[in-house]
Amino acid sequence: MANEKFAYAPAPESRAVVDLAPSYGLFIDGEFAEAADGTVFKTVSPSSEEVLAEVARAGEADVDRAVKAARKAFQSWGALPGAERGKYLFRIARILQERSRELAVLESLDNGKPIRETRDVDLPLVAAHFFYYAGWADKLSYAGYGPDPRPLGVAGQVIPWNFPLLMLAWKIAPALAAGNTVVLKPAETTPLSALFFADVCRQAGLPRGVVNILTGYGDAGAALVAHPDVDKVAFTGSTGVGRAIARSVAGTRKKVTLELGGKAANIVFDDAPIDQAVEGIVNGIFFNQGHVCCAGSRLLVQESVQEEVLDALKRRMSTLRVGDPLDKNTDIGAINSAEQLARITSLAEAGEAEGAERWAPACELPSSGYWFAPTLFTGVTQAHRIAREEIFGPVLSVLTFRTPAEAVEKANNTPYGLSAGIWTEKGSRILSMANKLRAGVVWANTFNKFDPTSPFGGYKESGYGREGGRHGLEGYLAGAADPTSEHASEKESATNEGV
Amino acid sequence: MSSVVPAYGPDAPGRLAGLADVTASDAALRRFLHGLPGVDAVGLEARAAGLGTRSIKTTAKAYAIDLAISMIDLTTLEGSDTHGKVRALCAKGRRPDPTDPGTPHVAAICVYPDMVAVAREALGDGSGISVASVATAFPAGRVALPVKLADTADAVAAGADEIDMVIDRGAFLSGRYMEVFEEIRAVKQACARPGGGSAAHLKVIFENGELSTYDNIRRCSWLAMLAGADFIKTSTGKVAVNATPANTLLMLEAVRDFRDAVGVQVGVKPAGGIRTSKDAIKYLVMVNETLGDDWLSPDWFRFGASSLLNDLLMQRQKLSTGRYSGPDYVTVD
Repeated sequence: MANEKFAYAPAPESRAVVDLAPSYGLFIDGEFAEAADGTVFKTVSPSSEEVLAEVARAGEADVDRAVKAARKAFQSWGALPGAERGKYLFRIARILQERSRELAVLESLDNGKPIRETRDVDLPLVAAHFFYYAGWADKLSYAGYGPDPRPLGVAGQVIPWNFPLLMLAWKIAPALAAGNTVVLKPAETTPLSALFFADVCRQAGLPRGVVNILTGYGDAGAALVAHPDVDKVAFTGSTGVGRAIARSVAGTRKKVTLELGGKAANIVFDDAPIDQAVEGIVNGIFFNQGHVCCAGSRLLVQESVQEEVLDALKRRMSTLRVGDPLDKNTDIGAINSAEQLARITSLAEAGEAEGAERWAPACELPSSGYWFAPTLFTGVTQAHRIAREEIFGPVLSVLTFRTPAEAVEKANNTPYGLSAGIWTEKGSRILSMANKLRAGVVWANTFNKFDPTSPFGGYKESGYGREGGRHGLEGYLAGAADPTSEHASEKESATNEGV
Repeated sequence: MSSVVPAYGPDAPGRLAGLADVTASDAALRRFLHGLPGVDAVGLEARAAGLGTRSIKTTAKAYAIDLAISMIDLTTLEGSDTHGKVRALCAKGRRPDPTDPGTPHVAAICVYPDMVAVAREALGDGSGISVASVATAFPAGRVALPVKLADTADAVAAGADEIDMVIDRGAFLSGRYMEVFEEIRAVKQACARPGGGSAAHLKVIFENGELSTYDNIRRCSWLAMLAGADFIKTSTGKVAVNATPANTLLMLEAVRDFRDAVGVQVGVKPAGGIRTSKDAIKYLVMVNETLGDDWLSPDWFRFGASSLLNDLLMQRQKLSTGRYSGPDYVTVD
């Protein structure tokens, strides 16, 4: 398909809506402060390698200070009536909506994802999460976790770089609604939106210490997770780090939820709505440059429609617009970091070396920054590394199947189990497949659809615990019958005083 | 597929004959149409809405506005139409913006059959603008076949270059696909120019709002193309639901798939409800990203519209002067 006549002129979103300071501190106890040892690191825009700002790098002393601030704040925050906590959360949600354009541009700058996605997906979902959990704050007794569920205390939360602000919302909204206070560490490549969120908290008048943001590297995350006064650990990221966290908290009273990697099967049957399935495949793997833990990275297509689906998919991939994340017409932005680009590149090379056939549409990539063209591999077998390992990039592995049973077998043949997709016009097949797929989320005739009311989480090595929905509260509550943390009695008295 | 031929070219019937087994009987035709891939409504609408978020600025906008103007079937289909109104419309179609001779002319003037001769005369020769006529008892189509054919032949004899027919939605909805197929074929034959000359091009109107499901719209698209439609058209503009981004996108996918399968290129015309430049540009984006350059011309894509033209002209003036002139600076029809 030729596309030369109607060339879209650049349509860049203005950067002027974001006021970036040259440097940022850690947000502890309601104040921005330098790291105890004064170290900083730079955060760059992955689409241009431009340095956006210098950010304080938290160390153990900062972690300790932040956890202490959160503990202190918990005394009164956990004792507030739910309706009062809800007011703060509603206020935060509204401010996020009001500042959504600024935050969308900031997120695109720091992460490299297209403005179309931050504007239409990330920010609306971020606000929706806060609105949703704001509504739960005064209804916890009806959430199904006992008549008088209590908060756990201080939550230590470590989030990844793929959806910086959205993952923050997934972590902070339910924690605060349930009455916990938090210390959150954003990823080192995307610290900025969390720091802007700290400003949103100040704007909302949130009491000091309820939310603390520690920017830094893995060592800060490890120190936070290991801190003895943390009651709850929530992590989203790689399965490797998830394992290390599970080891670190083993034998402690800490409650843990982990949302880890995935290698989702997107299964297309021969009676699928083909045009919409192709959209779903594209959305499944190329949304957010494939930096999505639940990405549909393995396409399982029924042999009888393989050719038709692949032809249509390639044609559709040829229309994807790769480039400037701030251009409103960009479909695929920059890879988040040089390190991630190297990982994607090496896995794609492994795919070729193992004999899979590589295809990518002709597309011109910018000369600076980190870029990877949308790519698909055909002739992939279950034995290939690109069918087993999470690539976390815009690379799709195409496998085929002949029968529904074979599709189930192949889909489940992975250590992961975060998500799966089914494409068929036959309702009964959707139900029977969904029962057999071992994945936390099964999408039918759609993919990568998120909603704060829906629980999200994995089977097997994709983690445990659920985020979102009523289920998302469980990880932040101690039921009445539950053996609660050592702070239970403190909370008891604090609550009584407060009410 | 060796090469692509236009639906109105001499080679198209031969290509369609290659699919004779599909249209050999009612049962065969039904099996074929019901064997087409289904349409997921949520996914289709999401894709159409997604394409609607493209941001078309500066040079791209200027290109799109001029292209949209050149694709308009400038339409008046009222019981109250007069010769004077049709002549005014023809004058406007030729020189949409009297202050700027660089403005492209529209593709066609679309009128009822009894106004064809008036439009033909008003446009004269060499205007480059076609006369399109609705026929076959537009918009309901509820008359006997001989009347439909006479209506068509009459419009063609009066000088219509294009015929916009309506299908028998009742027959389609009750599953009498062969009847609809045969009727389109008969109307196509009635499009032949008496005394030789090129036949009028046939646009087949589905009335998507009455077909009610996207599956039906896809089946109807294939049915019409198999029967020899030169264009497939969403709607009459006379019912509650007319062209929508989603139902038009579905028809764009149908002509794309038909060309891939049969090698015959068919045009698409959304009609009714497209009133703003912004809307028109969204449709052009859909054409661009679904079909590409091959359909980005008045030969292959049309807008059935009347008020759209004025909005395009105002946006065009704004692009060239930097100021928005307002509705007093375009002609009312």
